[in-house]
Amino acid sequence: VTVLQIVALAAVATGGTLVVLVRDPVRQALVASVFGVALAILFFAFQAPDVAISQIVVATVAVPVMILLALTKLRGDEEHER
Amino acid sequence: VRPRPRAALALLALAGLAALIAWAAGGLTPFGTPSGPANGVVRTLVHERHAANTVNGVTYDLRGLDTLGEELILFVAALGSAVLLRHGRGEEVDAAREQHESASARTADALRAAGTALVGPLIVLGVYVVVHGHLSPGGGFQGGVILAAGLLLVYAAGQVVALERVEPTALVEVADATGALAYALVAVGGLVFAVAALENFLPFGTTGNLLSAGTIPVLSIAVGVEVTGAVALILTELLDQTLLRGGE
Repeated sequence: VTVLQIVALAAVATGGTLVVLVRDPVRQALVASVFGVALAILFFAFQAPDVAISQIVVATVAVPVMILLALTKLRGDEEHER
Repeated sequence: VRPRPRAALALLALAGLAALIAWAAGGLTPFGTPSGPANGVVRTLVHERHAANTVNGVTYDLRGLDTLGEELILFVAALGSAVLLRHGRGEEVDAAREQHESASARTADALRAAGTALVGPLIVLGVYVVVHGHLSPGGGFQGGVILAAGLLLVYAAGQVVALERVEPTALVEVADATGALAYALVAVGGLVFAVAALENFLPFGTTGNLLSAGTIPVLSIAVGVEVTGAVALILTELLDQTLLRGGE
Protein backbone atom coordinates (compact mmCIF):
# COMPACT_ATOMS: atom_id res chain seq x y z
CA VAL A 1 0.00 0.00 0.00
CA THR A 2 1.53 3.32 -1.10
CA VAL A 3 1.24 6.75 0.56
CA LEU A 4 -1.10 7.94 -2.21
CA GLN A 5 -3.43 5.03 -1.52
CA ILE A 6 -3.51 5.80 2.23
CA VAL A 7 -4.17 9.51 1.57
CA ALA A 8 -6.92 8.65 -0.91
CA LEU A 9 -8.55 6.21 1.51
CA ALA A 10 -8.47 8.84 4.29
CA ALA A 11 -9.93 11.49 1.96
CA VAL A 12 -12.74 9.16 0.89
CA ALA A 13 -13.54 8.27 4.51
CA THR A 14 -13.70 11.95 5.59
CA GLY A 15 -15.56 12.96 2.42
CA GLY A 16 -18.21 10.27 2.85
CA THR A 17 -18.75 11.24 6.48
CA LEU A 18 -19.04 14.93 5.55
CA VAL A 19 -21.67 14.18 2.88
CA VAL A 20 -23.77 12.46 5.54
CA LEU A 21 -23.26 15.22 8.13
CA VAL A 22 -24.16 18.16 5.85
CA ARG A 23 -27.89 18.73 6.15
CA ASP A 24 -28.69 21.33 3.49
CA PRO A 25 -29.34 19.46 0.18
CA VAL A 26 -27.76 22.17 -2.01
CA ARG A 27 -24.51 22.12 -0.01
CA GLN A 28 -24.72 18.34 0.15
CA ALA A 29 -24.68 18.18 -3.67
CA LEU A 30 -21.47 20.24 -3.76
CA VAL A 31 -19.79 18.26 -0.95
CA ALA A 32 -20.80 15.05 -2.74
CA SER A 33 -19.07 16.33 -5.88
CA VAL A 34 -15.83 16.94 -3.92
CA PHE A 35 -16.25 13.46 -2.40
CA GLY A 36 -16.55 12.19 -5.99
CA VAL A 37 -13.13 13.65 -6.85
CA ALA A 38 -11.64 11.88 -3.79
CA LEU A 39 -13.21 8.60 -4.95
CA ALA A 40 -11.79 9.11 -8.45
CA ILE A 41 -8.29 9.59 -6.99
CA LEU A 42 -8.83 6.45 -4.90
CA PHE A 43 -9.75 4.43 -8.01
CA PHE A 44 -6.73 5.80 -9.84
CA ALA A 45 -4.41 4.99 -6.92
CA PHE A 46 -5.72 1.42 -6.91
CA GLN A 47 -4.99 0.97 -10.64
CA ALA A 48 -8.51 1.31 -12.03
CA PRO A 49 -8.18 4.26 -14.45
CA ASP A 50 -11.27 3.22 -16.45
CA VAL A 51 -13.50 3.52 -13.40
CA ALA A 52 -11.69 6.72 -12.34
CA ILE A 53 -12.55 8.49 -15.63
CA SER A 54 -16.26 7.68 -15.39
CA GLN A 55 -16.21 8.57 -11.69
CA ILE A 56 -14.74 12.03 -12.35
CA VAL A 57 -17.37 13.01 -14.90
CA VAL A 58 -20.41 11.27 -13.43
CA ALA A 59 -19.88 12.09 -9.75
CA THR A 60 -18.41 15.56 -10.06
CA VAL A 61 -20.37 16.96 -13.01
CA ALA A 62 -23.45 15.01 -14.04
CA VAL A 63 -24.94 13.92 -10.70
CA PRO A 64 -24.50 17.24 -8.78
CA VAL A 65 -25.97 19.18 -11.71
CA MET A 66 -28.94 16.82 -11.88
CA ILE A 67 -29.48 17.10 -8.09
CA LEU A 68 -29.28 20.91 -8.21
CA LEU A 69 -31.66 21.12 -11.17
CA ALA A 70 -34.12 18.74 -9.50
CA LEU A 71 -33.96 20.81 -6.28
CA THR A 72 -34.58 24.03 -8.23
CA LYS A 73 -37.55 22.41 -9.91
CA LEU A 74 -38.97 21.13 -6.61
CA ARG A 75 -38.61 24.55 -4.95
CA GLY A 76 -40.19 26.26 -7.94
CA ASP A 77 -43.16 23.91 -7.68
CA GLU A 78 -43.49 24.59 -3.94
CA GLU A 79 -43.55 28.35 -4.47
CA HIS A 80 -46.02 27.91 -7.27
CA GLU A 81 -48.44 26.00 -5.03
CA ARG A 82 -48.35 28.57 -2.23
CA VAL B 1 -37.53 3.50 16.68
CA ARG B 2 -36.01 5.60 19.48
CA PRO B 3 -32.60 7.22 18.75
CA ARG B 4 -30.40 5.18 21.11
CA PRO B 5 -31.46 1.66 20.09
CA ARG B 6 -31.36 2.85 16.50
CA ALA B 7 -27.75 4.06 16.86
CA ALA B 8 -26.77 0.80 18.58
CA LEU B 9 -28.38 -1.20 15.77
CA ALA B 10 -26.61 0.90 13.12
CA LEU B 11 -23.22 0.49 14.84
CA LEU B 12 -23.74 -3.27 15.09
CA ALA B 13 -24.66 -3.51 11.41
CA LEU B 14 -21.72 -1.30 10.36
CA ALA B 15 -19.28 -3.37 12.44
CA GLY B 16 -20.60 -6.52 10.79
CA LEU B 17 -20.26 -4.94 7.33
CA ALA B 18 -16.69 -3.78 8.10
CA ALA B 19 -15.74 -7.30 9.24
CA LEU B 20 -17.20 -8.83 6.05
CA ILE B 21 -15.40 -6.30 3.81
CA ALA B 22 -12.08 -6.86 5.62
CA TRP B 23 -12.55 -10.62 5.24
CA ALA B 24 -13.33 -10.28 1.51
CA ALA B 25 -10.43 -7.87 0.88
CA GLY B 26 -8.05 -10.33 2.54
CA GLY B 27 -8.78 -12.89 -0.17
CA LEU B 28 -8.05 -10.58 -3.15
CA THR B 29 -5.17 -11.42 -5.48
CA PRO B 30 -2.24 -8.95 -5.34
CA PHE B 31 -1.83 -6.20 -7.97
CA GLY B 32 -0.15 -6.89 -11.30
CA THR B 33 -0.35 -10.66 -11.26
CA PRO B 34 -3.51 -11.94 -12.94
CA SER B 35 -4.00 -15.50 -11.80
CA GLY B 36 -6.60 -18.20 -12.28
CA PRO B 37 -9.58 -17.19 -14.46
CA ALA B 38 -8.35 -13.58 -14.76
CA ASN B 39 -5.16 -14.79 -16.42
CA GLY B 40 -7.18 -16.68 -19.02
CA VAL B 41 -9.37 -13.66 -19.73
CA VAL B 42 -6.36 -11.36 -20.24
CA ARG B 43 -4.71 -13.95 -22.49
CA THR B 44 -7.86 -14.33 -24.64
CA LEU B 45 -8.41 -10.58 -24.97
CA VAL B 46 -4.84 -9.56 -25.75
CA HIS B 47 -3.84 -12.46 -28.01
CA GLU B 48 -7.14 -13.45 -29.67
CA ARG B 49 -9.18 -10.22 -29.71
CA HIS B 50 -6.12 -7.90 -29.96
CA ALA B 51 -7.60 -5.50 -27.39
CA ALA B 52 -4.88 -3.67 -25.47
CA ASN B 53 -7.36 -2.39 -22.87
CA THR B 54 -8.71 -5.62 -21.38
CA VAL B 55 -11.32 -3.77 -19.31
CA ASN B 56 -13.17 -2.73 -22.45
CA GLY B 57 -12.44 -6.13 -23.93
CA VAL B 58 -14.59 -7.57 -21.18
CA THR B 59 -17.21 -4.82 -21.48
CA TYR B 60 -17.68 -4.92 -25.26
CA ASP B 61 -16.69 -8.48 -26.14
CA LEU B 62 -16.79 -11.18 -23.48
CA ARG B 63 -19.65 -9.49 -21.62
CA GLY B 64 -21.09 -7.56 -24.58
CA LEU B 65 -24.59 -8.78 -23.80
CA ASP B 66 -24.48 -7.20 -20.32
CA THR B 67 -23.45 -3.90 -21.91
CA LEU B 68 -26.36 -4.16 -24.36
CA GLY B 69 -28.70 -4.41 -21.37
CA GLU B 70 -26.98 -1.54 -19.57
CA GLU B 71 -27.15 0.85 -22.49
CA LEU B 72 -30.82 -0.01 -23.00
CA ILE B 73 -31.39 0.82 -19.31
CA LEU B 74 -29.85 4.26 -19.91
CA PHE B 75 -31.90 4.68 -23.09
CA VAL B 76 -35.14 3.90 -21.25
CA ALA B 77 -34.15 6.15 -18.33
CA ALA B 78 -33.55 9.10 -20.68
CA LEU B 79 -36.81 8.34 -22.47
CA GLY B 80 -38.68 8.17 -19.15
CA SER B 81 -37.32 11.49 -17.89
CA ALA B 82 -38.13 13.15 -21.22
CA VAL B 83 -41.71 11.84 -21.12
CA LEU B 84 -42.18 12.90 -17.48
CA LEU B 85 -40.60 16.34 -17.72
CA ARG B 86 -42.11 17.30 -21.03
CA HIS B 87 -45.61 17.23 -19.56
CA GLY B 88 -47.39 20.52 -20.09
CA ARG B 89 -44.85 22.26 -22.28
CA GLY B 90 -45.96 24.83 -24.80
CA GLU B 91 -47.49 27.78 -22.93
CA GLU B 92 -45.77 30.85 -21.54
CA VAL B 93 -42.42 29.64 -22.86
CA ASP B 94 -41.68 32.79 -24.85
CA ALA B 95 -42.14 35.15 -21.93
CA ALA B 96 -40.07 32.91 -19.66
CA ARG B 97 -37.36 32.64 -22.29
CA GLU B 98 -37.02 36.40 -22.58
CA GLN B 99 -36.82 36.61 -18.81
CA HIS B 100 -34.03 34.06 -18.48
CA GLU B 101 -32.19 35.41 -21.48
CA SER B 102 -31.80 38.65 -19.58
CA ALA B 103 -30.84 36.59 -16.51
CA SER B 104 -28.10 34.81 -18.46
CA ALA B 105 -26.62 38.20 -19.31
CA ARG B 106 -25.68 38.46 -15.65
CA THR B 107 -23.23 35.52 -15.79
CA ALA B 108 -19.75 36.55 -14.60
CA ASP B 109 -17.33 37.34 -17.42
CA ALA B 110 -14.62 35.08 -15.96
CA LEU B 111 -16.99 32.10 -15.92
CA ARG B 112 -18.11 32.93 -19.42
CA ALA B 113 -14.54 33.13 -20.76
CA ALA B 114 -13.37 29.98 -18.96
CA GLY B 115 -16.42 28.01 -20.10
CA THR B 116 -16.08 29.11 -23.71
CA ALA B 117 -12.34 28.34 -23.73
CA LEU B 118 -12.83 24.86 -22.26
CA VAL B 119 -15.65 23.65 -24.52
CA GLY B 120 -13.41 22.85 -27.50
CA PRO B 121 -10.66 20.93 -25.63
CA LEU B 122 -13.28 19.01 -23.62
CA ILE B 123 -15.08 17.84 -26.77
CA VAL B 124 -11.76 16.79 -28.35
CA LEU B 125 -10.92 14.86 -25.16
CA GLY B 126 -14.34 13.21 -25.21
CA VAL B 127 -13.99 12.07 -28.82
CA TYR B 128 -10.45 10.81 -28.07
CA VAL B 129 -11.64 8.79 -25.07
CA VAL B 130 -14.52 7.27 -27.06
CA VAL B 131 -12.38 6.31 -30.07
CA HIS B 132 -9.42 4.92 -28.10
CA GLY B 133 -11.52 2.73 -25.81
CA HIS B 134 -9.85 -0.51 -26.93
CA LEU B 135 -6.33 0.93 -26.49
CA SER B 136 -6.26 3.04 -23.34
CA PRO B 137 -8.49 3.59 -20.30
CA GLY B 138 -11.83 5.08 -21.26
CA GLY B 139 -14.34 3.98 -23.85
CA GLY B 140 -17.85 4.80 -24.96
CA PHE B 141 -19.43 5.42 -21.59
CA GLN B 142 -16.67 7.61 -20.15
CA GLY B 143 -16.18 9.56 -23.38
CA GLY B 144 -19.93 9.98 -23.85
CA VAL B 145 -20.33 11.55 -20.42
CA ILE B 146 -17.35 13.85 -21.11
CA LEU B 147 -19.02 14.98 -24.35
CA ALA B 148 -22.30 15.63 -22.56
CA ALA B 149 -20.38 17.59 -19.90
CA GLY B 150 -18.87 19.67 -22.71
CA LEU B 151 -22.36 20.57 -23.86
CA LEU B 152 -23.25 21.40 -20.26
CA LEU B 153 -20.27 23.75 -20.19
CA VAL B 154 -21.85 25.78 -22.98
CA TYR B 155 -24.75 26.31 -20.63
CA ALA B 156 -22.47 27.12 -17.67
CA ALA B 157 -20.92 29.85 -19.79
CA GLY B 158 -24.32 31.49 -19.63
CA GLN B 159 -25.28 30.85 -23.20
CA VAL B 160 -28.57 29.03 -22.88
CA VAL B 161 -29.61 30.35 -26.25
CA ALA B 162 -26.36 29.13 -27.79
CA LEU B 163 -26.93 25.77 -26.08
CA GLU B 164 -30.21 25.37 -27.91
CA ARG B 165 -28.41 26.05 -31.15
CA VAL B 166 -25.59 23.50 -30.61
CA GLU B 167 -27.75 21.01 -28.76
CA PRO B 168 -31.21 20.95 -30.30
CA THR B 169 -33.45 18.45 -28.57
CA ALA B 170 -34.24 16.65 -31.82
CA LEU B 171 -30.54 16.00 -32.54
CA VAL B 172 -29.94 14.81 -28.97
CA GLU B 173 -32.88 12.42 -29.25
CA VAL B 174 -31.60 11.10 -32.57
CA ALA B 175 -28.11 10.53 -31.07
CA ASP B 176 -29.62 8.65 -28.14
CA ALA B 177 -31.68 6.37 -30.38
CA THR B 178 -28.98 5.92 -33.05
CA GLY B 179 -26.40 4.78 -30.50
CA ALA B 180 -28.78 2.27 -28.94
CA LEU B 181 -29.82 0.96 -32.35
CA ALA B 182 -26.23 0.73 -33.62
CA TYR B 183 -25.26 -1.47 -30.68
CA ALA B 184 -28.24 -3.75 -31.28
CA LEU B 185 -27.38 -3.93 -35.01
CA VAL B 186 -23.78 -4.99 -34.26
CA ALA B 187 -25.23 -7.62 -31.91
CA VAL B 188 -27.41 -8.94 -34.75
CA GLY B 189 -24.40 -8.70 -37.08
CA GLY B 190 -22.76 -11.38 -34.94
CA LEU B 191 -25.71 -13.64 -35.75
CA VAL B 192 -25.49 -12.90 -39.48
CA PHE B 193 -21.71 -12.90 -40.08
CA ALA B 194 -20.59 -15.25 -37.31
CA VAL B 195 -22.05 -17.88 -35.02
CA ALA B 196 -23.79 -16.02 -32.21
CA ALA B 197 -25.13 -12.58 -31.30
CA LEU B 198 -22.34 -10.14 -30.37
CA GLU B 199 -19.70 -12.54 -31.70
CA ASN B 200 -16.70 -10.49 -32.86
CA PHE B 201 -17.00 -10.67 -36.66
CA LEU B 202 -14.69 -7.87 -37.90
CA PRO B 203 -10.95 -8.30 -38.68
CA PHE B 204 -8.82 -7.95 -35.55
CA GLY B 205 -5.84 -6.08 -37.01
CA THR B 206 -2.65 -5.48 -35.01
CA THR B 207 -2.80 -4.99 -31.24
CA GLY B 208 -2.33 -1.31 -30.42
CA ASN B 209 -3.53 0.09 -33.76
CA LEU B 210 -6.49 2.44 -33.88
CA LEU B 211 -8.26 0.05 -36.27
CA SER B 212 -8.01 -3.19 -34.32
CA ALA B 213 -9.90 -5.44 -31.91
CA GLY B 214 -12.79 -6.07 -34.35
CA THR B 215 -16.19 -4.94 -33.11
CA ILE B 216 -14.91 -3.58 -29.77
CA PRO B 217 -14.21 0.02 -30.99
CA VAL B 218 -17.42 -0.03 -33.07
CA LEU B 219 -19.50 -0.91 -30.02
CA SER B 220 -17.56 1.62 -27.96
CA ILE B 221 -18.42 4.40 -30.42
CA ALA B 222 -22.08 3.29 -30.49
CA VAL B 223 -22.22 3.51 -26.70
CA GLY B 224 -20.42 6.86 -26.83
CA VAL B 225 -23.07 8.35 -29.14
CA GLU B 226 -25.88 6.85 -27.08
CA VAL B 227 -24.51 8.05 -23.72
CA THR B 228 -23.88 11.57 -25.08
CA GLY B 229 -27.45 11.69 -26.31
CA ALA B 230 -28.99 10.22 -23.17
CA VAL B 231 -27.13 12.38 -20.63
CA ALA B 232 -27.57 15.50 -22.77
CA LEU B 233 -31.28 14.73 -23.16
CA ILE B 234 -31.81 14.32 -19.40
CA LEU B 235 -29.91 17.55 -18.70
CA THR B 236 -31.69 19.47 -21.47
CA GLU B 237 -35.11 18.42 -20.19
CA LEU B 238 -34.18 19.37 -16.61
CA LEU B 239 -32.74 22.72 -17.74
CA ASP B 240 -35.81 23.36 -19.84
CA GLN B 241 -38.06 22.69 -16.88
CA THR B 242 -36.16 24.65 -14.26
CA LEU B 243 -35.07 27.62 -16.34
CA LEU B 244 -37.85 28.15 -18.82
CA ARG B 245 -40.73 27.20 -16.57
CA GLY B 246 -39.40 27.13 -12.99
CA GLY B 247 -39.36 30.89 -12.56
CA GLU B 248 -43.05 31.48 -13.25
